Amino acid sequence: MHVTFSPGELVFQEEVRAFFRDEYPEDMRQKRDKGMELDPDDQIRWQQLLYKKGWAGINWPVEYGGTGWTPVQKYIYATEEANANAPLVIPFGLSMVGPVIYTFGSEEQKQRFLPDILASKVWWCQGYSEPGSGSDLASLKTRADLVGDHFVVSGTKTWTTLGQHADWIFCLVRTNTDVARRQEGISFMLIDMKSPGVSVKPIILLDGVHEVNEIHFENVEVPVENLVGEEGKGWTYGKVLLQHERANIAGVARSRYRLRRLRNQVKSSVRGAAPLSGDKNFMRRLAAVEVELKALEYTELRTLAAVSSGKAPGPESSILKVKGTEIQQAIDMLYVQAAGYYALPYVPDQYRPDFADQYIGEEAETQSSLRYFNYRKASIYGGSNEIQKNIIAKHVLGL
Amino acid sequence: MDFSLNEVQEMLADSIEKFIDNEYPFDARQTYAASESGFSADVWKTFAELGWTTVPFSEDDGGFNGDQVDVMVMMQRFGRGLLVEPFLANIVLAGGILKRVGSAAQKQQWLQGIMSGELQATLAFTEPQARYDIANIATTATADGADWVLNGQKGLVFNGGTSDLIIVPARTSGKQDAESGITLFAVPADTAGMSINAYHTVDGLRAAELTLNDVRVSRDAVLGGKDEGFVALDETIDDATLAICAEAVGIMQVLKDKTVEYSKNRSQFGVPIGSFQALQHRMVDMLTVCEQAQSLLLWATMTVAEGGAEAKRAVSSIKYLVGTSGQTLGEEAVQLHGGMGVTWDLDVAHYFKRLTAISQLFGNADWHLDKLAA
Ligand SMILES: Cc1cc2nc3c(=O)[nH]c(=O)nc-3n(C[C@H](O)[C@H](O)[C@H](O)COP(=O)(O)OP(=O)(O)OC[C@H]3O[C@@H](n4cnc5c(N)ncnc54)[C@H](O)[C@@H]3O)c2cc1C
Repeated sequence: MHVTFSPGELVFQEEVRAFFRDEYPEDMRQKRDKGMELDPDDQIRWQQLLYKKGWAGINWPVEYGGTGWTPVQKYIYATEEANANAPLVIPFGLSMVGPVIYTFGSEEQKQRFLPDILASKVWWCQGYSEPGSGSDLASLKTRADLVGDHFVVSGTKTWTTLGQHADWIFCLVRTNTDVARRQEGISFMLIDMKSPGVSVKPIILLDGVHEVNEIHFENVEVPVENLVGEEGKGWTYGKVLLQHERANIAGVARSRYRLRRLRNQVKSSVRGAAPLSGDKNFMRRLAAVEVELKALEYTELRTLAAVSSGKAPGPESSILKVKGTEIQQAIDMLYVQAAGYYALPYVPDQYRPDFADQYIGEEAETQSSLRYFNYRKASIYGGSNEIQKNIIAKHVLGL
Repeated sequence: MDFSLNEVQEMLADSIEKFIDNEYPFDARQTYAASESGFSADVWKTFAELGWTTVPFSEDDGGFNGDQVDVMVMMQRFGRGLLVEPFLANIVLAGGILKRVGSAAQKQQWLQGIMSGELQATLAFTEPQARYDIANIATTATADGADWVLNGQKGLVFNGGTSDLIIVPARTSGKQDAESGITLFAVPADTAGMSINAYHTVDGLRAAELTLNDVRVSRDAVLGGKDEGFVALDETIDDATLAICAEAVGIMQVLKDKTVEYSKNRSQFGVPIGSFQALQHRMVDMLTVCEQAQSLLLWATMTVAEGGAEAKRAVSSIKYLVGTSGQTLGEEAVQLHGGMGVTWDLDVAHYFKRLTAISQLFGNADWHLDKLAA
């Protein structure tokens, strides 16, 4: 057992650092450092740079164009990515539907979809949740009835993140209602968003941002070859994907970056007679979160080490999700408290490139509460933290 | 000891509840919040007509002779309705200063207008560098013949963009954070040299950054004694702290009620989510927090109103509780609503945002815990 990197790993770390230093576009760096959201075009540009470098499919097996990295390499990469404050890769294609297709899809589907996913040529979104089916996903009602050589899909998906930009959506749909267990009637289906009968309605979140959508399917015709794997097995496939999603949600490297930034910020804070770093109450809470995060970092490393590359993580990923999001939210709150009164101004416009007026507060201050509000979602999505605990209780503790 | 509302308070509570039930649905609130001024001028007129704007002022001043307890009764209900009208800025803050140190002429000039609803007023209670220390005032006022000339910056002036009058504390002597040497000035917003940069706040309300650049006022603008403004400022901020805590307790009760209600109506796994014990215990915790906060609010407000020796501790205690357990209650309300809890369209998120803002105002939990520990 040892905690230091091997010489080979240090070389790899240098390579990753050099990449972020030299290839991460300066305009994006500036936008991100000012707390601005990237446009979809920026996002795609970045993901295509990763693709060019061969680093798009971090978790993908080499045969499908993945990196084949060891857990430690992935850890090093995530750390450097966070330290560069580079944008997270949008997970729906590369981390979600990609793995399902290369694991369960037909040869034809692999050839048809995987290259475009890897190259970020197609924007995917995730159609699992429905208005009546959130935590109880298996109760989903969107129907897909086989008529000749196609399915006819009708129903409503909701909370679809960034669905307004999507070219394709992967859905869990009900293909059979005549089954003993509800889960058995669910199939995994790929649907072209341009199909007639698909409509997208925005849902605005509490911070005023259009991030999620409600998507209606009205007699949408979907060719049978868009069914992934076997009919009725969608639940099993979807669960594998959810476990990937949960581990990704932990966001350890990001949290580490944000805590370090906060430490710097409070040392030089301009509010108050003395810098906030002299405030024992605040610094103790910050230190306590750092301890939790260090523990999670090693919990994640242990989990990754136990999982041979390519294989999906098990129910332990629920622990990473719960703890990771709790830590993210604790950090969000620390930022709000550090900002004090300047957590209050709602001035998102001043972070747009064309803003020419007088600035109010510092970026880390006025963005703090919006971030805090928005990331209340983290303990809700990807299977709420309550549902994760139910999973742990059942599948890990055997209760 | 008596925890019941008196007859007058009953009437006040009743009329506010009726008003909110009948005339202030959530979508009206959202419309007012999004309007140019950020509140409804008509609603404010109603406030004045019903005499709500006169409550904490003496009969001599033309008021209702109420005290902090009466304001608590009102603010708790304003919290329940999530009102956006500028009661805090006009009545508690600007009115709080004027009633304490305004001369008869100044009250005539300003307070009458505030009570009648014809004048909008506010208090510039903080500066960008001050964090929560109200004595930390770098804005200067320099005597020039019979005039005073003010220079400096103020932050988060509530409703600053719609105010006719801004009360500006400025340093006339002493160190930047000294309690003595602060003088209060009544400055009309349209005075030359006042530059007001108004903005929305995350809780749906309005505030402004204020820059004073050689703002010239006459000696009639001085409220109270030169260098002696701190006491009035401090007492007024204590009143305001109690007022927003009452608002917060009203918000917490609504969030608790709405969460319990939602958990009875939202079904997953074939049963109402309220039937899961994992959630039941958390809603029980929410109820407990509401009860604890209500108790502490009553104690704190009565202690301040009756001038008890523990007044300062009382204010810090309730503010601390609101900023800790109260904030957690807000997070729980959102969490138990699932995805619905983070949407703009549902009122829950807006109550939560106001609660969050209140937690940061007039000293956050850490700030007040320090005072209690000292
Ligand atoms: C910002 C955001 C983005 C999202 N993006 C997507 C997306 O791209 N694609 C997609 O398909 N979905 C997405 N989701 C949906 C997300 O997965 C669901 O919101 C989540 O599964 C919870 O479902 P719900 O909102 O219906 O809440 P509900 O299931 O109604 O839950 C309400 C509350 O009850 C609790 N609860 C429910 N059942 C139990 C139980 N058995 N025991 C204890 N507690 C329980 C929940 O934890 C929650 O606190 C997103 C959600 C959000 C908020």
